Amino acid sequence: MDDTTIFDDDLYRQIIIDHYQHPHHQGALDCPTHHLEGFNASCGDNLELELKIEDGKVADIGFVGSGCAISMTSASMLTDLILGKSVEEAKKITDAFKARLLGQDETVSQDDVDLGELEALDGVKAYPVRIKCALLSWNTLMEGLEHPEGLIMQ
Amino acid sequence: MLFPDIRADFPVFERSTPQHPLTYLDSAASSQMPRQVLEAMVNFQSYSYANIHRGLYPLSAASTAAYDTARQTIADFIGAQSSAEVIFTSGATASLNFLAYTWGEKNIQSGDEIALPLSEHHANLVPWQQLALRKGAKLRWIAVTPEGTLDWHSLEEALSHRPKLLTLAWVSNVFGTIHPVQKIAEMAHRAGAAVILDGSQGVPHLPTNVQELGPDFLVFSGHKMLGPTGIGVLWGKMACLEELPPFMTGGDMISIVKRERSSWAEIPNRFEAGTPNITGAVGLSAACSYLKNLGFAEIRRHDLHLMEYAIKRLEEAGATVLGPNDLQQRSGVLSFRYKKIHPHDIATILGRDEVCVRAGHHCCQPLMREIGMMGTTRASFYIYNTEADIDRLAESLAKVGDIFHIAPCPCPKISKKPAVIAPASTPCTQKENCGECSCKFAT
Repeated sequence: MDDTTIFDDDLYRQIIIDHYQHPHHQGALDCPTHHLEGFNASCGDNLELELKIEDGKVADIGFVGSGCAISMTSASMLTDLILGKSVEEAKKITDAFKARLLGQDETVSQDDVDLGELEALDGVKAYPVRIKCALLSWNTLMEGLEHPEGLIMQ
Repeated sequence: MLFPDIRADFPVFERSTPQHPLTYLDSAASSQMPRQVLEAMVNFQSYSYANIHRGLYPLSAASTAAYDTARQTIADFIGAQSSAEVIFTSGATASLNFLAYTWGEKNIQSGDEIALPLSEHHANLVPWQQLALRKGAKLRWIAVTPEGTLDWHSLEEALSHRPKLLTLAWVSNVFGTIHPVQKIAEMAHRAGAAVILDGSQGVPHLPTNVQELGPDFLVFSGHKMLGPTGIGVLWGKMACLEELPPFMTGGDMISIVKRERSSWAEIPNRFEAGTPNITGAVGLSAACSYLKNLGFAEIRRHDLHLMEYAIKRLEEAGATVLGPNDLQQRSGVLSFRYKKIHPHDIATILGRDEVCVRAGHHCCQPLMREIGMMGTTRASFYIYNTEADIDRLAESLAKVGDIFHIAPCPCPKISKKPAVIAPASTPCTQKENCGECSCKFAT
């Protein structure tokens, strides 16, 4: 292999591998207001997402889990994007990302929503069975946002 | 190569292109079908098909004869004492549910035990779990060693509790382990247990003689042995079948139907309510003939040769192969892990090279939890696979390592490829083993 070889992969882009190998906001929070668990039965991927919501904003966020590069990267990107956002903004981003992956862009407005690095996950659209991997953390988050006052499961 | 021209029999390989030859390594999930089986079904369906039994015209008689001949061919194929011992079902899952609802409902009572290995496929686990829940019975789990063989002490311990039933796979669909069924069946019978054998992974690869193997019931599916989906077999010793109540009721399984009650047809018809999968039975019979023609001694030699080569190539590529070290204890299933990369990522990347493998829990979630894995990548072989398939698997696997920027292990036999993380001009500085391969650097 020569050193000019660059893996410009449609699915496993460099940024995805980076997040997978060095996930952001990994770990549990000290005093979360929300503890959420997500599970993909068919792959065995699991995710625990913790949020600290203060004054309607995501003041802190962390996750632990195990799964494929797509599910873990998506979770890592989620934490970057949602941190500091209001619950309303977080919901908007979630809706826009889900619509983008599911090919429903036209039904959900993408205006005013900056998906940032999440656009790197566009390659997943070509692999229908993997879409659920990319959405695991987002579906888990949605559960939490339905209960902005707090949700700690004992 | 033991079967040099065999790929020409399988139309699916026509989808190969020079860039992307089809590398089908998922036969443990479902096998491909040769022309001989396809043609047998097309010919029968085109020129000899009508509903079986009771039709008073020659076409129905011809159809009935083909169905009966298929049953006899399959009975001979597995060494049954009579063709009546062969019940057609839709597959192994249907056969096992049939047994849970007939044999199980009749014989399992509150407090009884059912022994089964932790490595069973969900198809041979969930029906018994649900039966146990209905009856207040207990499942007694037989442990599996890290090598993927049955833990013999655990087996003896389970049998010491005198279970009513021992049910197990002939060959594990995760580890490829061939269980010593003959010995286990003898032990189980001595302990007073009935024995059900799931032959889904065994019958396609190993010579099957139910008299020698010794279970009371054997189940298997057509689609894993060159046949079509929707057809499978439940074989039982006649004395055992005679004890069973009917499962499904309706047409073709009755003798006399009165307003208040009915009496049943003879076995096997008693257990085949409704119009069966006649064309499927013809296909499965053709598949048995095809395999018999190749010869199971040759099929076994082919499997052993490919497995030996595949284990070597996979380990050279840095993968850890699960299952017994002793090749003689293995059938054509290789589960492996590769550099801690998730099996779904591996299978997705291999799939782009038309290398077809399975990834995940392989319908064995309790086993995966026990061994602490979220899944494995599994390559499974059959008669049409070649060394070239294994080479493509190994080459494609190297791409997975490249995409994830994981350097190959530095041991001499493996470090032929330069590390991706270092420029080509710089020698690899990695001093430690990757932790995933079994080379001499392994700690």
